[in-house]
Amino acid sequence: MEAVKIKEGIYWVGAIDWNIRNFHGYSTIRGTTYNTYLVIDEKITLFDTVKHGFEEEMLARIRSVIEPEKIDYLVVNHIEPDHAGGFLHIVKVIKPEKIFLTPNAKAGLLEYFHIQDLPFEEVKTGKEVKIGKRTIKFFETPMIHWPDSMISYLPEEKLLISQDAFGAHYATSGRFDDEVDHCELIQECAKYYANIVLPYSPQVNKLLKTVKEMNLAIDMICPDHGIIWRKNVGEIVGLYERWSSYIADQKVLIVYDTMWKSTEKMAYAILEGVVKEGIAAKLCKLSVSDLTEVMAEVMLSKGIILGSPTLNNGLLPTVAGFTAYMKGLRPRGKIGASFGSYGWSGEAVKILNEVLKDMKAEVVHEGIRCKYSPDKETLERCTELGKTVAKKVKEVLGL
Amino acid sequence: MKKYKCNICGYVYDPQAGDPSSNIPPGTPFENLPDNWTCPVCGASKEDFSPED
Ligand SMILES: Cc1cc2nc3c(=O)[nH]c(=O)nc-3n(C[C@H](O)[C@H](O)[C@H](O)COP(=O)(O)O)c2cc1C
Ligand SMILES: [Fe+2]
Ligand SMILES: [Fe+2]
Ligand SMILES: [Zn+2]
Repeated sequence: MEAVKIKEGIYWVGAIDWNIRNFHGYSTIRGTTYNTYLVIDEKITLFDTVKHGFEEEMLARIRSVIEPEKIDYLVVNHIEPDHAGGFLHIVKVIKPEKIFLTPNAKAGLLEYFHIQDLPFEEVKTGKEVKIGKRTIKFFETPMIHWPDSMISYLPEEKLLISQDAFGAHYATSGRFDDEVDHCELIQECAKYYANIVLPYSPQVNKLLKTVKEMNLAIDMICPDHGIIWRKNVGEIVGLYERWSSYIADQKVLIVYDTMWKSTEKMAYAILEGVVKEGIAAKLCKLSVSDLTEVMAEVMLSKGIILGSPTLNNGLLPTVAGFTAYMKGLRPRGKIGASFGSYGWSGEAVKILNEVLKDMKAEVVHEGIRCKYSPDKETLERCTELGKTVAKKVKEVLGL
Repeated sequence: MKKYKCNICGYVYDPQAGDPSSNIPPGTPFENLPDNWTCPVCGASKEDFSPED
C-alpha cells in the first residue's frame, strides 16, 4: 500500500474502508475513506490519523515515503473516533515533537484517552506555524461539526485541509474528484451534508463568507473522507453555499408509513396532485427506506409531506423515529403538510403538524385525517392537498 | 434568574452555577456576563444564546 502524491512533497496517506455499510447509523452504501495527509518539509507534518483498525494501512502508506518515526508534527483537526481512534497508536509510533490542536480538541482527547503527558500545543484561529518552506494557518470551526473542529490552510500550496467539511462517505480507487463518477460523488456529498453538517448551516454560511472576504487562494481542498477536490473546487463550495442557505430544488417529498395501506392510498393520491401541477415528486415508505437516504431527499426537496396512521394515540414508530432524526438535523425553509388514516382517536396528523412547525416549515394545509379507508371524496381531497403544496412550491420558487 | 441556551451546541448557561471555565462566579445573571464571554463548549458569542422557557 502506497502513498499518493497530491502536490510536490505532499501525500495522501489515509485508509480506504471499502466494506463499511453502517457508520454510526449512517448507511455508507459506497463505503468510506479516512484521509490523512503528509507534508515533507523541514518539520515533517502529518494531518490527522485514522479510525482504530486502520493504523497499519496508514503507516504502510507513510513508509512508502519516509519512516514514520521521522514525523515531527501531528495536527489533530477533529477528535471524532473515525479520525482520532488511531491517535494513541500513531503517537506511540511517530513520537511527535508537537501535536497541534484546538483547546476544545485537547480537552476532548483527554476525555477520550485519559492521558496527560503529550506535547500538546493549543492553537486558535489565525495562529501560524512555519514548518520550513511552508506555513500552516489554523482556523477553528466550532460545531462544524464538533466543538473541537478546525481546518488547516497552507497558503504557499493554496491547499485547504478541511477535516469533515466538503467530504463524503465514498470509497474509490481514484483519489481526486476528476477520477470518479461525478453524479455519485455529488449525491454522496449531499447525503453527507444533510446527515452531518445541516444543523450547523448558520456557522457554515458565516465561515464561507469569512473565507470569501479573506480572499484565500484555494486550488485544492483535502477533506477527511472521500476524494480530494482539485477540478471542481468552485462547484463544491457553491453547493455548500446553497445547502447552508437552505436553498432546495423544485420537488416534493412524501414520507410516510402504513399498517393496512389506507395511509398509503392517501400518499399515492397526494403524489398524483403534486405531479399534476408539473412538480417532480418522490414517495418514501419508511418501513423499507433508510433514514439517512431519506434525509438527503429532505434537504434537497422544497416540499415535505408527512404521513402516518395513528398507533396507540401516537405515530408509527418508524415515523416517530424518522421525525425525531429529521428535527435534530434542523432542516429549514420547507413547505409542508400532513396526512394519515386512523380508527378512533386520530392524533397522528396533529403530531406531524407540530413536527413541521418545530422545523419552522410553512404549513399550507390543515392536514387530512381519514377514518379507516379513504373513499373517493377523501382521495380527491388528498390530490388537492398535493396540488396545494406543489402550487406553493412553484410560487415561492418563482416559477 | 433565567437560564440561557446556546443555539449552536445546546449548552445551557445556568446563572446558579456560573461558568467556572471563564471565572464567572455562581449567581451571575446572563445579562451581566461580559460582552466578550463565549460559550464554554463551542465558543459561540452571547448573541447566539436564547432564554430557556
Ligand atoms: C453526528 C453526531 C452528532 C452528535 N451530536 C451530539 C449532540 O448534539 N450533543 C452531544 O452531547 N453529543 C453529540 N455527539 C457526540 C456523542 O454523543 C459522543 O461521541 C458519545 O461519546 C458517543 O457515545 P457512544 O460511544 O456510546 O456512541 C454527536 C456525535 C455525532 C457523531
Ligand atoms: Fe466528524
Ligand atoms: Fe469524519
Ligand atoms: Zn455553544
